This record gives sequence, structure tokens and C-alpha cells, in this order.
Amino acid sequence: MFALSSVLLPPRSLAEPSHSLTSIFSPESTPAKSIFDLSIFVLSITGIIFVVVFTLLVYSIFKFRANYANADREPAQVYGSNQIEMAWTIIPILIVVVLFLATARVIHAIQDAPEPAGAVQVTAIGHQYWWEFRYPKLGIVTANELHVPVSDPSHPTPTFLRLLSADTDHSFWIPELAGKTDLIPNHPNRMWMDPYHTGIFLGQCAQYCGTQHAKMLLRVSVDSPQDFAAWVRGQQQLAVQDPSVMTGRQVFEHTACINCHTVSGTPADGRFGPDLTHLMSRTTIAAGAAENTPENLRLWIQNPDGIKPGSLMPAMKLSDADVDAVVNYMKTLR
Amino acid sequence: MSSNVITIQGLEVQEKPWVDTLHEWVTTVDHKRLGILYIVYALVFLLFGGIEAIVIRIQLMHSHNNFVSPQVFNRMFTMHGTTMIFFVAMPILFGFANYLVPLMIGARDMAFPRLNAFSFWLSALGGFLLYFSVVGANGLYGAGDAPDVGWWAYAPLTARAFSPGHSTDYWTLALLVSGFGSIGTAINIIATVLCLRCPGMKLSRMPLLVWLNLVMAGMVLIAITPLSAAQIMLLIDRYLGGHFFDAQAGGSAVLWMHFFWIFGHPEVYVLIIPCFAFMSEIIPVFSRKPIFGYPVMVAATVCIGFVSLSVWAHHMFTVGMNSYANSFFTITTMAVGVPTGIKIFNWIGTMWGGRIQFRTPMLFCIGFLFQFLIAGLTGIMMAAAPFDWQLSLSYFVVAHFHYVIVGGILFALFAAFYYWYPKITGRMLSERLGKWHFWLFLIGFHLTFDVMHIPGLLGMPRRIYTYEPGRGWDTLNLIVSIGAFIQAIAILVFVWNLISSYFNGAKAGNDPWDAWTLEWSTSSPPPAYNFATVPVVASRRPLWDLKHPEDPDNLYE
Repeated sequence: MFALSSVLLPPRSLAEPSHSLTSIFSPESTPAKSIFDLSIFVLSITGIIFVVVFTLLVYSIFKFRANYANADREPAQVYGSNQIEMAWTIIPILIVVVLFLATARVIHAIQDAPEPAGAVQVTAIGHQYWWEFRYPKLGIVTANELHVPVSDPSHPTPTFLRLLSADTDHSFWIPELAGKTDLIPNHPNRMWMDPYHTGIFLGQCAQYCGTQHAKMLLRVSVDSPQDFAAWVRGQQQLAVQDPSVMTGRQVFEHTACINCHTVSGTPADGRFGPDLTHLMSRTTIAAGAAENTPENLRLWIQNPDGIKPGSLMPAMKLSDADVDAVVNYMKTLR
Repeated sequence: MSSNVITIQGLEVQEKPWVDTLHEWVTTVDHKRLGILYIVYALVFLLFGGIEAIVIRIQLMHSHNNFVSPQVFNRMFTMHGTTMIFFVAMPILFGFANYLVPLMIGARDMAFPRLNAFSFWLSALGGFLLYFSVVGANGLYGAGDAPDVGWWAYAPLTARAFSPGHSTDYWTLALLVSGFGSIGTAINIIATVLCLRCPGMKLSRMPLLVWLNLVMAGMVLIAITPLSAAQIMLLIDRYLGGHFFDAQAGGSAVLWMHFFWIFGHPEVYVLIIPCFAFMSEIIPVFSRKPIFGYPVMVAATVCIGFVSLSVWAHHMFTVGMNSYANSFFTITTMAVGVPTGIKIFNWIGTMWGGRIQFRTPMLFCIGFLFQFLIAGLTGIMMAAAPFDWQLSLSYFVVAHFHYVIVGGILFALFAAFYYWYPKITGRMLSERLGKWHFWLFLIGFHLTFDVMHIPGLLGMPRRIYTYEPGRGWDTLNLIVSIGAFIQAIAILVFVWNLISSYFNGAKAGNDPWDAWTLEWSTSSPPPAYNFATVPVVASRRPLWDLKHPEDPDNLYE
């Protein structure tokens, strides 16, 4: 009873004042909107069923309770009724048919949507515990924060994601933009979104993928066409070469950092960890576990477990001077 | 039909040394003792699984809590799920089946008493192996102790690359061993029901509890087999260099999902069908009417049995099946709601026009009906594949299946405890404690699991050890945790009731509820041989016929 009413109420009113950014009932993209419309339909039907059966149950409990007047004799022994059985078989079957047809339509509309020519293509690769985003047509590699253009209905520019995994199963879920789809090794999946408005949309990995599943967060930045184009241009540049941080760069390139991280245009070309070429263009580090500030970067390099226990980034055990130098180098990677 | 009785009740025999008593219980092949062993064993694991749940709920009380580390949290939810399904729900239901089926069909034991004992001890070994991992896996080389791969243990997280050490092996072996035990019990139940019914008990006269356990046993045979096969394949992958689930070498992670869920979904019905059986015995007695639509109830159960074998991939709507597969599993899943709905209607039909007595067993049955209705309706929501793309893997689905397992299965089990405890021990459970237990548990249950739906709708995924503030999840999670503590208190009241009533409860007599099935015709507790003379029945309610010779059932059936 409580459950159903709580489902039917707009959940935002129940949330903290700061309001949730991840409600499935505030769709901002066509796949999420189609699901939302279907969910309202399903909720209405199940709500009606609930009210009818609930009423029957409550009525029979109150109406037919034993009392002093009748407790000493047995009631009429009724064994069943074929007509009634037929009624409560056929009506549910009809309801199931209606629900199924409505559902199948939405499944088809979302899953079999053709990819228009102007679509942005992104390959999302799940790693233990971070996201790699590659834009094959644009030649961009980035991590954890996905940038997509807003999609104007008159001139749609949806984003189509090809979902892969480098290790275990993950699931890509931004509730306001689309339902979730898993990232499974050796099993490429596809999903799409066409956000209606610009802004930041949050989500996180939904499929248990190991120790730090909880801090595998997702941010999608929906940009205006101009902002998106500017972002693309910025990301296509090679890493900034700033002679003032040469010490830090040397420390970076002479330690194990480069085994896992790429900084384009330098010898660092590891693929195991996030690409750092434009690290400073991101607002968070460690897949959203901490804000991208020099202090957090320092902490992260020295002791990743302090931010994200169990993450696969090793503690680098650098001297204080070297850490400062590396952080200064990172600060130039815009 | 009552009989002269030689009571064999281990704890009451004072003169015997305790070693002899222990020896009798360990070597017993009596279906009643094995039933009690199953039930006690499951209750012990219920406490383990409950403690794990409490740890989970303390950790999630507010965002960025540090009560336990992520590693410990992951072990907690893995052990909680595995324990509750394989070492609480299944054994406790097998225990009741073992105890009740022979009594209700007028048999003196199960068809294969030694197989029965063997099955129990295999299951017991499985539970022991799972918990021995806490000590054993840590004592050997490698990382970690208890398993931390989640109770579905999706590939390739279980591969040696991602789960070094032996914790996953303990998980695999525990399930493999207890699976063999389950198969043995299923064979035994089927053989008993088909071969040992007393004279006059045609299939069409069997109590519904027996019918439903027959269907359950058939489903266990079908469902456990792929699970055992998958465990063996996983062991081959981990130890013999196999690549069944090794995606890097051309294996398939999705293959494991299919194997697991073609077990996993029928498993839900393996657990809920015996609970339907409890409902179908208890509601009529406390409504003072026969079950409404007996043949339809049997048909609906068999129908659920078959249809539920074709719904497994609704657990996999997010793994990227094509739109035809998603549509197929949508309609089969919705279709299973039809026979399930028929059952709810028939229980209402049974109460309709009755004289409902609100004793503790009936209270739990009524709680079951309301909660199972809601659980079924949230199930319909998730059967709609696109809706499931949002709900799956979130706290909504966690709330849904706890509604089934706690609100449905556990409430039905409590009803069964209050109803058959007098038969099993000869003593009544305290009604006063029973009502405390019911109301506390009801309040705790609804606080926890009603509220738990909402963080799911607000985007909270399951299996996360902590979460960010500012998502609107904090207050809700705090309420959920408070409800869990209330449930824990209710469980303690229940356990206290079980123990204190055993020594101080009112004497039950043979037939405390004025019921109609054969187990109430013998003494409480029943003698080792159950019935001094094998009963002969002429209808579905043999004791009704005895009590009302002027108006026997067989005139109407």
C-alpha cells in the first residue's frame, strides 16, 4: 500500500531539498521519455489492479471475521465456481495482452531506432573502476566525463554509444537520459540518447564489477553545439608542452606512471588507466570520487586508497618534491 | 484414527546419556527428525544472514559512512544473498516438506529414508563449506576470505584474474554440494508422493500442500541441474584452464548469466510454491471453509511450474538481447502473473463467506496476501522490459525481491511455524508473543521495504558500499535501516517464543486448530511410525468427514 502510493507520488517531493539529479521520473532524452510514458501506463494499470484486489481483501477480512454469534457453527462449505474462475482467468489475460503490446512498441522504438547521419559516435569502455570514452570519428580519447551535444528535435544530433568492457561486467546508467545497458567483455552493446537540454547529468555503474563498484561514477555534460565544438577542438590538441614544469614531466615519464597513462605527444602511452592529455578539462578525478583539485591530485598520487580503497591505481611512493612537481605538471594538462 | 503412541522425542528422554541422543539425531533416517534438523539448521543460518543484513544496513545509514570497508561490505552482501537463498529458504522449506508430506498422505516415512539423510548432510556440508571460507580461504595463499562476487557470481568477475585466492572456490563448492543434496530431496519427494499415498488418496484428493511440493520438487530437478553444470564449468575454468566464461579467450560472460538465471528464476518459484502450499492449508482452516477451486489451484500451480521455466532472461533485459528476445521474455513474464493472480483470487474466495479466526498463523497469512499482491505488481512493472532498463540493478529491484522473499516467503514460513509447531513439539506457541512478533515484524518490514523502492527510482544502484550525498538518498536509507533493526527485534521475539514455548507452552493435543488433513489425526508429536494403522481416506478433507459424518466432503467433490 505504502509502496504503491510512494511510487505514484512524484518522488522528488520525498527527496531532500537539494533534489535528486538521478530520478527516473524526470526524463531529459527520448529513450528516458519513452520509458517514462510507458512506466506511467504500467503504474496506472497495476495501480487499478492494486485498488481492486486490496479492496476485495480488506472487505472479506472485515466482513467475514468470526464473532460470538457465529463462532460455534461452521459456515456454508463452498468448493468453487467455474464461472468465477473463468472470469478471473480471462480478465487478467486481457490485461496482460494490453500491457505486452504497449511494452513491445516501446522496446522496438528504443532498441531498433536507426542511427541518423548526424549522430555523434562514442565508444564507451568499462574498466575496473572507471570509464574510457573514445570518439572514433573525432579522434578524441577521454575518461569518466562524457561530453555530448544537445539534440534539437528539428535537427537531431543524438549520441550513439558502443559499449565494451576491458575486464568485468559494468552497466552504463544515466537515469535522466536513458535506461541502463551493460558493458560486457566480448559482447558489444549499443545505446543512444538525444538530450533535450544542456547541463550536467549524473549516473554511475549499475552492474557489480568489483571492490570499487560504488565509486565508479558517471558525469555527462550536455553542451550547446558551440560549446561542444569548442570542447572537441580542445580535446583534439596534443598535450600542452610547458617548459616551466619540465621537472614534473620528467618524473612522470621516468616512473611507472606511463605504463598505464597516456599524455598525447609524449612518450606516455599506457592504456590501462585514464588518458591524462586534457586532465584539467575534467571537474573530477578517480571516476567522480573526488573533485579535480591540486590537493586531491596530490592525495590520489600518494595514496589512492585514501580516496577510493581498492582502486587499481598503485600508491606511487614519490618524494614530496616529486609529487609537487608531478601535480604541477598535471595542472598544465588543459 | 488417533493411535496409541510411543513418544520418541530426544530432548524429553532424561535417562539417556546426551551422547546417545546426539548419536540418534546424527544417524536418524526418520523424516520428522530430518525435517526438524533441516529447520533448525536453516534457523541458525537465518541468524547469520540476518547479522550480515544488519551490517549492510548500518553501513548504508548515511552517505560516505565508514562502518566497514568496501571489501567487507562486498563479502556481506554476497554471503547474505547466498546464505538466505541456499542455506535458509531452501532447507527450511525442504524441512517442512520432509516433515509434512508423509504425514499428509498417510505414509510412514519418505520413499528413500537413507537418501533423505544423505541429502540433508550434503546440504549441511554445503553451508559449512561456505562459512568455512572465512577461515579456510584466508589461511591459504591469495587474497580475501569470504566470497565477494555477489550471489549470482557473474563471469568474468569469478575468473582467477579477478578473484584470486580461494574464496570463489568455496562459494562454488558450497553450491555444488548443497545442489546435490537438493536434487536428492527432490527425487525423494516425487517418489514419496507418487508411491506412498495411503489407500483412497487419489492424486485428486491430495492436500494442496502435497501437490505443490510435488511441483516444487519437479522444478528443483530441472532448475538445480544447470546450476550444478555451471559450477562444474566454472571450476574447469579456474583449475583446468577452461574458457567457458573467459571472454578474453573467446568464452562468453553471457553464457554464465543464462546458466545462472535458468536456475535462478525457477528457483524463485521453488521457494514461493511451498509457501503457496502453506497458504492453501492454513487459510481454509482459519476461514472454516474448504479451499476455493481446488482443481484450478492445482492447474495454476502446474502452469506456473511450466511457464516459470521460460522467463529466466527477464533478469537479463540490460545485457543487450535483441528486441525480439526482450519482447518474448516480457510476455512470458507477464503471463506468469495470470496463474499467480488466480491463486490470490482463490484464497480470497476461500475467505469469502467464511468465519475468519485471527489466530497468529492467519495473521501472517493475511500479511502474506497483501505483500505478495504488491510484490506481484512491482514484478509486472519490471516485466515491461523498457521500464526494467531503469529499475533493474537498482534498489527498486532489491525492494521487489525482498517483498517476495520476506513479505511473501518469510511471512508464509512464520504462518507455518505457528500452525505446525504444535504438531512438531506437542506445545502451542505463545499467542501473546506471536502477536508481538507479527506486529513488530510487519511494521519493520514495511518501513524497510516500502521505502526501499524509492532510492531505486532516484537512481541508487544496488551493491554499492557507499553513496554520494545530495542525491536524495540519505533520509530514505536511514528509514530503511531503522526498519531493519525493528525486524531484527521481531526475529528475536520469535526465537524466544520458539524456545520458551518448547518448555512452557500449553499442551497442544492432536488437533488444536480443528483442522482437516491427516497429520492432525495422529499424536503431537507423531510417533516414529506416524500412524498405528494406515489411514483410509474418501475425500480431500478426511478429518472433516470424521467430524461431520452427516455431511462428508465426498458427496460434493
